[in-house]
Amino acid sequence: MNLAIKDIRHNLGRFVLTSVGIGMLMMIVMGMSGIYRGIIEDATLLIDNIGADIWIVQHNTRGPFAELSRVPQNLIHRALAIPGVVTARNFVQHTIQRRNKGKRLRMTVVGLDWPIDKGKWVPLVSGRILNQNHYEMIADKSLDLRLGEKIKLGKNTYTVVGITSSMISSGGDGIGFFTVQDAIEIQFDTSGEAVRLERISRSVRVEKSDLGLKQPSLIEFASQESSQVPALASPQASSVILKLGPGANLKQVMNIIAGWEDVSVYTSEGERQLLLKGSVEKVRKQIGLFRILLTFISAIIMALILYTLTLDKLHSIALLKLIGASNWIVLKLILQQALILGILGYGIAYFLGQKIFPRFPRRVILSNDDLLQLAIIVLVISVVSSFLGIWKALQVNPNEALN
Amino acid sequence: MADKFAIQAEDLKKIYGSGNTEVAAMQHASMHVAYGEIVALLGPSGSGKSTFLTAVGLINPPTSGRIKIRGQLMLNGPQPMVDLKSIRRKYLGFVFQRSNLIPFLSARENVQIALEINGYSPQDSRKRALELLNELGMGDRADNFPSMLSGGQQQRVAISRALANQPVVILADEPTAALDSHLGRQVMELFRDLAHKHGTGVIIVTHDQRALDVFDAIYEMEDGIIELRQL
Ligand SMILES: Nc1ncnc2c1ncn2[C@@H]1O[C@H](COP(=O)(O)OP(=O)(O)OP(=O)(O)O)[C@@H](O)[C@H]1O
Ligand SMILES: [Mg+2]
Repeated sequence: MNLAIKDIRHNLGRFVLTSVGIGMLMMIVMGMSGIYRGIIEDATLLIDNIGADIWIVQHNTRGPFAELSRVPQNLIHRALAIPGVVTARNFVQHTIQRRNKGKRLRMTVVGLDWPIDKGKWVPLVSGRILNQNHYEMIADKSLDLRLGEKIKLGKNTYTVVGITSSMISSGGDGIGFFTVQDAIEIQFDTSGEAVRLERISRSVRVEKSDLGLKQPSLIEFASQESSQVPALASPQASSVILKLGPGANLKQVMNIIAGWEDVSVYTSEGERQLLLKGSVEKVRKQIGLFRILLTFISAIIMALILYTLTLDKLHSIALLKLIGASNWIVLKLILQQALILGILGYGIAYFLGQKIFPRFPRRVILSNDDLLQLAIIVLVISVVSSFLGIWKALQVNPNEALN
Repeated sequence: MADKFAIQAEDLKKIYGSGNTEVAAMQHASMHVAYGEIVALLGPSGSGKSTFLTAVGLINPPTSGRIKIRGQLMLNGPQPMVDLKSIRRKYLGFVFQRSNLIPFLSARENVQIALEINGYSPQDSRKRALELLNELGMGDRADNFPSMLSGGQQQRVAISRALANQPVVILADEPTAALDSHLGRQVMELFRDLAHKHGTGVIIVTHDQRALDVFDAIYEMEDGIIELRQL
């Protein structure tokens, strides 16, 4: 006869309620690690998926994710010249906040170096990758854009041709994928009027200068579009990413690039670490501490519950001892209830989590490692927190059954 | 010689509390119960009957005196000489003044647990528990929880439990107080048959003067002292 189960059966309602309470508490502990995993996954999804071995960024910066980075335009050609490099792509990333159909649209714009990179690596939920050099975009689900929707950013209108999911910048904004050209255009979008005024003022400056008077053709130049003016630097990419061929020596390539004085270079893993250290580190600590705190609180609550459950049974325990039951029988009764409570709570936590977490605005990832870790923690808590009750039960004198 | 006795209580003394709250519940209390003998213990309230019974039952050790069961020394004063718990489990059966059942177990399970902790298989325990309950007229209430039973019914379950392991010694503190006189007598006769058939030594504290004829001997307790009533 299993006394633990008999007792639970007799106080079923209370026990179920207690388990649900414990389960919800555990669900939050579970959620905490899930949120943490989610943040890391979201933050590194792009780096992990884009298929780059090496990231070249502005000299002495930790860009392009942790901070702003600008690299010279010819960098891509220099990089391609290194033996072992198979592809070199420009990479652009910046965050914009505009209005779209009366709603705020906050989006991290990522530029893909079309046609080398059409976004094949972007996990699509629906739609397709970028088929042309201009005016198409792949939008993350969180941006709330529909397939086929047209949005106006700056002077141009872009059509959503694909929907992806879980593509989130480290700041938590949904990513929109464009071609590099479009991405830069969106970033340096200036209104028609501003462009006109800039051209006029440029012409005026040139006309007034000696240079302009001596060389009238310069005035002609100055009134052109900015990108056509040789003296003005063209907009720059955030970084250049390289893919190495099979058998290429990563170290060697890294060393060559490290020798260039205008850029810094990181491996994909290095870039990943930069990103995590930069923007995710604090969140990680915050959530980690919270999780530890919650685990302690759960342990204390479990201990109190098991203690009261034991107190309620003291008379029965005394009686069991009186009729000669060994301490082991009493200990088993309490320990088994602790484990049942823990396991049930864990099950409820998992079940509820599966239902509730997907409704959260950001991903909550229940990794098997975390689940296993929590399961072990729960087992340990169950056992440890039953000590108080067991201690109390072992103190009980069989005499007390007679009071 | 000593082998003839199931229970020997020699010169038991019990003092509760200390200082000016000191109560001497037992003084020079002695009693010998042979195998197969059933004795009654009478006495006014507060005379120390329950104190004596719990001392002999190895639950509430005396301040001084010696308790032997089956000729073996169990308690030398408050000092246990053996593992009291296993002696209680194997050789003693209790029925207490107030019914003492485990509230979360059914009537049948309350009897069954006593058998299981003594090493019987759950199946055998279950079967024997039902037999005992039937014997005490509780067969149809076997699945009821104590809270659904009357005081007398609870007492009968407690008696079934006390008998379950066929103990060498049965100690019962007013087991029939909550029963009607007919059933009360029936229970007393059950105890007597048990004593005579199985050689069990039985001590019963009772106030019921009408059933005294079932006993082999009658002791009276007053102010902590036990005396044999001369028949
Ligand atoms: N745990 C205790 N602490 C202090 N005094 C106690 C305790 N138990 C019993 N006593 C005292 O010891 C004396 C004997 O009590 P006991 O319960 O043995 O009497 P009793 O003969 O069984 O009475 P009743 O017929 O009312 O059950 C009483 O004066 C009682 O107050
Ligand atoms: Mg009494």
